[in-house]
Amino acid sequence: MTTLTPTSSAHETPAKAAPAPLYGVMAEFVTPEAITKAAIAVHAAGYRFWDCHVPFPVHGLDKAMGVKRTILPFLVFGAGLTGMILAFCLQAFTNAASFSLWALVWVSGYPFLISGKPMMSIPAWIPVIFEFTVLLSALAAAGLMLGLNHLPRLSHPLLSNNRFRRATDDRFFVVIEARDPKFLRSKTEAFLASLGATHVEAVEDR
Amino acid sequence: MKIMSNSSSNSMRGFIDTDNTEQPVGTRVPLVLHMKSFGEVTHQVCRVAETKPPLAWYVAFAVSLSMLAFLGFCVTYLIFTGVGVWGLNNPVMWAYDITNFVFWVGIGHAGTLISAILFLFRQKWRTGINRFAEAMTIFAVICAGLFPGIHIGRVWLAYWLFPIPNSMDMWPQFRSPLLWDVFAVGTYFTVSLVFWYIGMIPDLATLRDRATGKFQQFAYGLASIGWRGSMRHWHRYEVAYLLLAALATPLVLSVHSVVSFDFAVSQLPGWHSTIFPPYFVAGAIFSGFAMVVSLAVPARQLFGLKDLITLRHLDNMNKIILVTGCMVGYAYSMEFFIAWYSGALYEKFAFINRAFGQYWWAYWIMVSCNVITPQLFWFKAIRISVPLMFVLSIFVNVGMWFERFVIIVTSLANDFLPSSWDQFVPTWVDIGTMVGAFGLFGTCFLLFCRYLPMIAIAEVKAVMPQANPHPHHDHAHDPHDPQGAGAAGVKR
Repeated sequence: MTTLTPTSSAHETPAKAAPAPLYGVMAEFVTPEAITKAAIAVHAAGYRFWDCHVPFPVHGLDKAMGVKRTILPFLVFGAGLTGMILAFCLQAFTNAASFSLWALVWVSGYPFLISGKPMMSIPAWIPVIFEFTVLLSALAAAGLMLGLNHLPRLSHPLLSNNRFRRATDDRFFVVIEARDPKFLRSKTEAFLASLGATHVEAVEDR
Repeated sequence: MKIMSNSSSNSMRGFIDTDNTEQPVGTRVPLVLHMKSFGEVTHQVCRVAETKPPLAWYVAFAVSLSMLAFLGFCVTYLIFTGVGVWGLNNPVMWAYDITNFVFWVGIGHAGTLISAILFLFRQKWRTGINRFAEAMTIFAVICAGLFPGIHIGRVWLAYWLFPIPNSMDMWPQFRSPLLWDVFAVGTYFTVSLVFWYIGMIPDLATLRDRATGKFQQFAYGLASIGWRGSMRHWHRYEVAYLLLAALATPLVLSVHSVVSFDFAVSQLPGWHSTIFPPYFVAGAIFSGFAMVVSLAVPARQLFGLKDLITLRHLDNMNKIILVTGCMVGYAYSMEFFIAWYSGALYEKFAFINRAFGQYWWAYWIMVSCNVITPQLFWFKAIRISVPLMFVLSIFVNVGMWFERFVIIVTSLANDFLPSSWDQFVPTWVDIGTMVGAFGLFGTCFLLFCRYLPMIAIAEVKAVMPQANPHPHHDHAHDPHDPQGAGAAGVKR
């Protein structure tokens, strides 16, 4: 086997003969136990651009891979705080303030008394403040999770691989990308095979 | 609990009930029966969306679609003619419309309870039923949202409900519970939809990867937004899921509380009561679980999902129905007690009038369906009898509809001044809209069963015994944790 890095793959040769650029090497495992062991070994070997693809979140696999805890909760907390403040300001402006500001059109608040409640009737505003806090937090939790995961992504080299289809069914894959500084096709393939993979194959970057 | 090593035949798999309700000593009860590999679970769930549905599906779909068409007719007629086509009068200005609204919002609560609260309580059996309970929530909230939308009369001014900047300097009145409702139900729908969709992405990816047709590949591919099961993605996904569950839990409790404020904040005898928020939430969960059972029983039968939605799942749900039914019964009696104990003349009259006045029949239908019949679930034989639980769950649904009817209509019809009393009689449009809403719900639900993963495949796999690896090396946690506190892969 020859060493192939993404830069070495020739784009200029005619299409038919040219090997597609290499995305990485993929190793298939059959059990969660096997992939957890493999993940520990790959992490220990010092690879950086690699991932495990599993049909369900295997417990402890992220720790075995050395994945750092996500900052998502802090971002969501910020979103919740924003929602809370926004909802308060919205109600204070619309029901208790008489100044004008520009929001799509020039608008003024409309302070009015209702059933003798004070202008700033904070207890009566709590439900909307609460709902808005939850709304923004939830949208942030979902949206930022997808964003941090670089999703939606409608095309990916792995999704063109037929064997990889079982990653959402019953197979567990370790994929080491070709852009990893430690990546050497022959060595990486041999390394993955030595971890007990049932199948190792190169993934083209199509 | 027995696990048959060889099920009778492959084709019959999933169509036969196995009693797994006994608690074995020393081992954990498997949540998935007869299936040894992850692939079998995938196949069992996906084949529902991949093969032609049974004849019963087509029949149910035709019926639902006709009912939906009738709903469209009734709503159009209402909008073009005015709310006078309903049997509303003064003083009964809310009747079937708001009854249906509260009924459907209540139904929705079970989905979020199963997906969020049971998740936080580490109830792993939720994995079998959470997906379609969440779907049920969304469709129920759609039905619920319809009614306040059309009962406002001038439907084309519905946007006045929202704080939209306008040149009239006109704003909603934020001190009103009716406006809180707009925000509560709107948030609830949005968050439920996000929760449902986020939970479904990995399973949509499974359907994408199994799809053979070009169109299916494209559609499921688009819907699964490039999910590749990357563990780095799963890591954030699990955190996001936990956050959504933690956010949805207070949300679900707040929504029906806010709905109850529509009544409790007013001065009307029979409505003006502090017990309303918890009482409404308990009733909502009660009716929601009844609806889950009503849907799960035929669905698992038709689509052969009895190894995934097992008798144990149904048994657990029936226990929740029993508990919440008792809470509702307690609330009924406590309302009566407080009406007497308060010494308030109008309050006392309102409750005696409920039980023995012009709507006495509605009250006693409510009590018999909600308090008496669920008591049968004390008996295990009834809790695990599929036909009986189906009938009982229908009773609960009927009873809970009448509960809302009783609260709304009896209180309005006979308020303070006898001279202004009146009786509400529904018109055909009232009844047509109510029936039609079931058509809307049924159509959405049947389409969901046909085209989307009905069971959370990834979550079910994660609670199978073989999903929990025991590598022989030092690990950050103890995999032999007897409580299994962190054993399910979905949890963090």
